[in-house]
Amino acid sequence: MGTFLTNSSIGRKLVMSITGAFLVLFITFHMAMNLVALISTEGYNMICEFLGANWYALVATVILAAGVVVHFVYAFILTFQNRKARGNVRYAVTSGHKGVDWASQNMLVLGIIVIGGLAIHMIHFWSKMQLQEIMGNHENALGYAVTDGSALIAYTFSNPINVIVYLVWFAALWFHLSHGIWSMFQSLGWANQTWYPRLKCLATAWTTLIVLGFAAVAIGFYIKSLGCCAGC
Amino acid sequence: MNFTLKIWRQKDAKSAGKFVEYPIKNISPDTSFLEMLDILNNELIQKGEEPVAFDHDCREGICGMCSLHINGHAHGPSQAVTTCQMYMRKFKDGDTITIEPWRSAAFPVIRDLVVNRGAYDQILQAGGFVSVRTNSVPDGNAIPIPKADADESMDAAACIGCGACAATCKNGSAMLFVAARVSSLAKLPQGRVEGARRAKAMVAKMDELGFGNCTNTGACEAECPKAISIAHIARLNREFLSAKLKD
Amino acid sequence: MAFKLDSKIPAGELAQKWSNHKAAIKVVSPANKRKLDIIVVGTGLGGASAAASLGELGYNVKIFCIQDSPRRAHSIAAHGGNNAAKNYRNDNDSVYRLFYDTIKGGDYRAREANVYRLAEVSNLIIDQCVAQGVPFAREYGGLLDNRSFGGAQVSRTFYARGQTGQQLLLGAYSVLNKEIAAGTVKSYPRHEMLDVVVEDGEAKGIIARNLVTGEIERHGAHAVVIATGGYGNVFFLSTNAMGSNGSAAFQCYRKGAGFANPCFTQIHPTCIPVHGTQQSKLTLMSESLRNDGRIWVPKKIEDVEALRKGTKKPSDIAEADRDYYLERRYPAFGNLVPRDVASRAAKERCDAGFGVNETGLAVFLDFKTAIERLGKDIIKQRYGNLFDMYEEITDVNPYEEPMMIFPAVHYTMGGIWVDYNLMTTIPGLYAIGEANFSDHGANRLGASALMQGLADGYFVLPYTIGDYLSKKIQAPKVSTDTPAFDKAEKDVKDKIAKLLSIKGKQTVDDLHKRLGHIMWEYVGMARTKDGLEKAIVEIQKLRKEFWADVRIPGGDKEFNVELEKALRLVDFLELGELMARDALLREESCGGHFRTEHQTEEGEAKRDDEKFAFAAVWEYKGEDAEPEMTKEVLDYEFVHRAQRNYKD
Repeated sequence: MGTFLTNSSIGRKLVMSITGAFLVLFITFHMAMNLVALISTEGYNMICEFLGANWYALVATVILAAGVVVHFVYAFILTFQNRKARGNVRYAVTSGHKGVDWASQNMLVLGIIVIGGLAIHMIHFWSKMQLQEIMGNHENALGYAVTDGSALIAYTFSNPINVIVYLVWFAALWFHLSHGIWSMFQSLGWANQTWYPRLKCLATAWTTLIVLGFAAVAIGFYIKSLGCCAGC
Repeated sequence: MNFTLKIWRQKDAKSAGKFVEYPIKNISPDTSFLEMLDILNNELIQKGEEPVAFDHDCREGICGMCSLHINGHAHGPSQAVTTCQMYMRKFKDGDTITIEPWRSAAFPVIRDLVVNRGAYDQILQAGGFVSVRTNSVPDGNAIPIPKADADESMDAAACIGCGACAATCKNGSAMLFVAARVSSLAKLPQGRVEGARRAKAMVAKMDELGFGNCTNTGACEAECPKAISIAHIARLNREFLSAKLKD
Repeated sequence: MAFKLDSKIPAGELAQKWSNHKAAIKVVSPANKRKLDIIVVGTGLGGASAAASLGELGYNVKIFCIQDSPRRAHSIAAHGGNNAAKNYRNDNDSVYRLFYDTIKGGDYRAREANVYRLAEVSNLIIDQCVAQGVPFAREYGGLLDNRSFGGAQVSRTFYARGQTGQQLLLGAYSVLNKEIAAGTVKSYPRHEMLDVVVEDGEAKGIIARNLVTGEIERHGAHAVVIATGGYGNVFFLSTNAMGSNGSAAFQCYRKGAGFANPCFTQIHPTCIPVHGTQQSKLTLMSESLRNDGRIWVPKKIEDVEALRKGTKKPSDIAEADRDYYLERRYPAFGNLVPRDVASRAAKERCDAGFGVNETGLAVFLDFKTAIERLGKDIIKQRYGNLFDMYEEITDVNPYEEPMMIFPAVHYTMGGIWVDYNLMTTIPGLYAIGEANFSDHGANRLGASALMQGLADGYFVLPYTIGDYLSKKIQAPKVSTDTPAFDKAEKDVKDKIAKLLSIKGKQTVDDLHKRLGHIMWEYVGMARTKDGLEKAIVEIQKLRKEFWADVRIPGGDKEFNVELEKALRLVDFLELGELMARDALLREESCGGHFRTEHQTEEGEAKRDDEKFAFAAVWEYKGEDAEPEMTKEVLDYEFVHRAQRNYKD
């Protein structure tokens, strides 16, 4: 049974959809936690502490990283196979198809943007928090405590360039997930003519909620940073 | 009407191909697309040139023989029709029309616009049937089938095997074709018996022949001349995964 | 030497003949079947079902088709349905009634025993197809639905939307695939049979051309089955597929197989008319449209001219100025007269100058009255898809303006002569489906072509071929390294070389169109002695012109569509003449064959049972020699022949 996940096209898509589903759930929680930062600095830092270098958080981090890696590696394998299947000679003229989402045709590119954003995000946050904790440090290079997530957020989004980079990242995420979420159900076989409109509606709503949540934190903290400066 | 045709010419599978432009004049808007190519060929032969090879047969949109990627669309810009059912009034006078063969690694070009679609036959040979012998069957009415199921089976069975789905898919995936057959038989009690075996065998053959992985873009459904729904792909996924999970 | 025709009809009561025959004929043991090879040419309903069934029995089967897949055969285009005497409707249908309707529909020019057998096995076809997963239309109770068709008073037609032919063929193709997977059948797509090889008076194989590479190949077998359909494309324009041709059948004729009733052609009244000189084929509109549509042309010639100039639309012509000629001539049946009558009446009006489109070859099929009576919604429900298709093709909205229709060649009842075992006059050579001279006499009823193809392939040939092959169980593999194969291959190669060497000025299509014009004009819906004689001369002239002036670009060792078409046209040019000869000989009108000289006072077909109650079986005597005709007398033991009457 193990092998069909690697050597059959539908099996590979199953892996994509399960890892994808897992990542969607993760960022949904992540977004929910971020919203706490807007409301309560202490609350957010409590979460940061809870999810620091504790064994359960580390296990989860490893699983999460594996999910990202598998989703990413499979994406490249699938794309490589698909390009090969397309043949050496490409069409001279291609046109859009009625009823076909732009995002669905550009999932890899969107995915790469998402991964790129993730790398920046990891440098901004993870490398200054959990990584430092693992290394045994109690303070990061910026001088904040490793569990002081709120301070790090405030610092990062006080820079308008960071805000713009993050917003681009969120936009790519929106497109990626708007196709990814309903596609996940399709790959699992949990879809039909009646459910397509519902699934697509669900995907759009969910994606929009996630992206708005993230964007609210980035923009909120930028505005706060303006207010804070004026106040100081 | 006058057009400039930009047509892919390729001597045989081994030769390199290229686009050649042909002007064509005085075409009646009531001429079908393939008749327009007939007219071009007749002119080419009279000029001592080789005619353009293209596949076609019934010219009523049912045999699945005609193909052609026209201005970026499988079976041309019209919805839910085959190339043979498209008429020149769909184009504007003076248009340049680019005509390419199906492009897919599993459909190698034989000549000009003709490709080899034998891979589709091979997929069906892997399991696209009910294993029933001639004469070893019950009475037709001994197998009642809910009307809705028979109708849905028929929706999938409308597939003409033209290859537009794989040709149009950016991934070169044949999933819609495979799904149409698997789904049509899965909706009927006669087909259910071998459902698991069929789904596994046909998907394995499809993968072996080098078709790509479906990424649910839906381009196949949009370009399918019979407008077959990707809901059948969902059913194929279901059939395949549940079969594999039982192994 | 004339044929000694033995139809091998078994003795006994009509209903017992097939059972008795099956009990009497020999079978081949499984161990011996493995040693025997069979070639099936053509993969339509007949060919696919035969090859699959023979493969299941254990024979080694090779199948050949000219398309890229067996699934493309033109059986796929049939709309209507498949008749079977199931009596699921409790409307007193029976095997006998189906038999009787078919014999009468064929105007008493078919063999009683064959037609009875066809009706007898019709029920098995439905059972077989259902088991294969053919999605026939169902009623809400989950059981099979039926609809009515022409020429019958019961509802016995099984259907799958408007795509019954497609679904039945995909069923046969699926079991064929099963056998290909099992290794009992080997498939040769894009291969065309160019000759049949006859050695020691028996069929021993074929010469085929690989259409991709141009290679000429030899294939030997203990028996050869021809299932290549009809030859309607001799008319150039027909409802047949572009590739449909009569060449395989004609090679058999050249090699000594009798060709029976070549002039029996069915012309279907409701096709979309020719739009200009460049049209490649004709599209059938379902006969069901005549249930609600009214057929007319203008009464006044000035209206005809105004229509052609575009100064008037059909809807501008007043009711009083319309000639509903079918209702005028046939008040009892009106627009629902049989196919042949409707076709001839349309031709008569167009010949008189009242044809309504640019070419003058069309009549109106108008739904105005029906829309007024029933409302647009009902009409849309009934015919919506047909109306859409019509609009796609013609750019005319049939809800607003009447449709234009014209008759078109649709099916050929004539074909290779076969006995009760479906064997031709050459031992070991069989012909099934539309390729044989069939069970349809002089006219085929709707929903009977699918029935015949599948009956022959699934339920008749697999038994009867065993009787012949039982004598071959000691025979070794057929060698293709024999003088007969050498000669056949050389002849084919010479013919191709000769065609390519002509390098004339005219294209194959242009010459084919001219043949089509001659055929349509003189061997079409209404035939006369003078016209047929003229046709023979004209075709001979055209044949000479072809061999002197055809231009075929490209070479033989490549994918060469023009060469394929030219090879088929060579045979059409001779077949057309044979059809004219047969029509000339048959000094009567029956079914689809209408001799203007032989009609009743009301203009109906007038049969002559005294002189013409036979199948005319033609024997090839050389390219420019006149063929010889042998009669197979059709004895009617069980049915009383009557003047076909659909008037009251």
